[in-house]
Amino acid sequence: MKTRRLRHARIELALHELRAGAGRALLLLHGLGERSPSAAPPFAERWPGPVFALDFAGHGESSMSIGGGYTAEVLMGDADTALRELGSATLLGRGLGAYVALLLAGARPAQVRGAVLCDGLGLAGGGAEAATPSVVYPNPHAAAPPDPFALVELARDVRPPDYATAFVRQANELSGLERPITVCCAEKPDWLEAALREPGVQTASIEDALAYYAKR
Amino acid sequence: MTNSAPALDADERAAAQYPGARLPDRRRSVHSLGVNLAVSEWGDEHAPAIFCSHGGFDFSGTFDVFAPLLAAGGYRVVVWDQRGHGDSDHAPLYSWDADIRDLLNVLDSIGREPAILLGHSKGGSISTTAIQVAPQRVRAFVNIDGIPSHRPPPDVADHERTKLLATELSGWLDHRRAAGAKVRRADTLGGLAERRGRMNPRLSKPWLRYLVTRGARKDADGWRWKIDPVLRPGGFGPWRAQWSMARLASLPVPLLGLLATESEPMGWDTSPADVKPVLPPRAEIVQLEGVGHFIHIEQPARVAKLVLDFLRSVAA
Repeated sequence: MKTRRLRHARIELALHELRAGAGRALLLLHGLGERSPSAAPPFAERWPGPVFALDFAGHGESSMSIGGGYTAEVLMGDADTALRELGSATLLGRGLGAYVALLLAGARPAQVRGAVLCDGLGLAGGGAEAATPSVVYPNPHAAAPPDPFALVELARDVRPPDYATAFVRQANELSGLERPITVCCAEKPDWLEAALREPGVQTASIEDALAYYAKR
Repeated sequence: MTNSAPALDADERAAAQYPGARLPDRRRSVHSLGVNLAVSEWGDEHAPAIFCSHGGFDFSGTFDVFAPLLAAGGYRVVVWDQRGHGDSDHAPLYSWDADIRDLLNVLDSIGREPAILLGHSKGGSISTTAIQVAPQRVRAFVNIDGIPSHRPPPDVADHERTKLLATELSGWLDHRRAAGAKVRRADTLGGLAERRGRMNPRLSKPWLRYLVTRGARKDADGWRWKIDPVLRPGGFGPWRAQWSMARLASLPVPLLGLLATESEPMGWDTSPADVKPVLPPRAEIVQLEGVGHFIHIEQPARVAKLVLDFLRSVAA
């Protein structure tokens, strides 16, 4: 497995090439507290192009912040940094990575050729509404990722349904894809239920979703 | 400023003097979870403390006229540069939560006595959240044009809204892509004063020039703002004004809210009518005629009097 080191502002990101190949990349985005797999997963066996996986800030082999500051939008910037490296990609995200995949599909509709949203840790985030404010002091001396600040902050990250649908609508209007988002989740937090009510969002198995985007 | 910084010329030395402005009586540093925050203080260190939070993209030097007036009223005035701002460390990442933790760490740095919070703009908002997080640490609150309003944005057709959002998002992501290597543009002291003047159209030229000497540093190639170039105004995210507005009503401490009348690029355009339905029981809202968003920078003496009168009424 080859790893490329990319810079997103002051964070060094690890982008792992799980399988070499030509053509459009499949980019895997892990869940909260997870890290990239060390080999291409079985569901990607028939993907025609290369397979990459990104460690988000504070996770895996990517660097950690100092004193936190993690948001889903920052992680969208992480994934966008990988997208700059790859040119264009189909995204497959687990949990938190699924939410980030949706955001990036809306924010970079020309470069993201389909986003596949899968179950995984951190799918719900902090819910649809801002909870009672509270402050937690994670251990600032964590020696290695996952950064405890990332675990705390990204588990509290608010995800209003209409915020998620704004990104779906952008992907719909600007990607040129008929169905830019595919949902493969059993868990459906409010933001995902709302996304599913939008046109352009389909449900399918992971294998069928990848077969669909491989042709587009 | 580092030792290798070029010396100020006569003109620049003159700019660093402004009537009524006084450099902090004490400076220290608070280590907040790995980030060093530059803290400035004015007044007797045994007096009751007022913790002042500056607005986004501002710095503690903007309190150099206002803070001495509060100190003269019998207070210990504590102002810190937020992470990434002024003389505080630049951080790898920034967030609302991180700013709240920093605020509470600055509070902790002088003890556990309930204190007075004062915040301008974003500083008013983070202070509001900090009070909700740690109500036992606060006894009164002054919010200077940092109360959002419920008013919806002007009508924009859905497809236009999508284009606007797309432009905003790609602009933000493009900025993030370039941010690692970014340095702020060098300019003359006068050039930076002119740029600041666009945000603060009612400030005098000498006052603007003084502010540059505090918020910017002189490098070999010119003056540049100290603020982290990674930071960018107009961030986005799932924040909703109504979450903050509704919770204003629950504030358990006396509140003085100051609002502006003059619309400005950085202003919040909140009116007394917006705020009235959500005021907590002990609240006073004052709208200052003919004043813009940077109320205490524009009219430090007038605001200091309002604050000191409010604190006297709270004590009574």
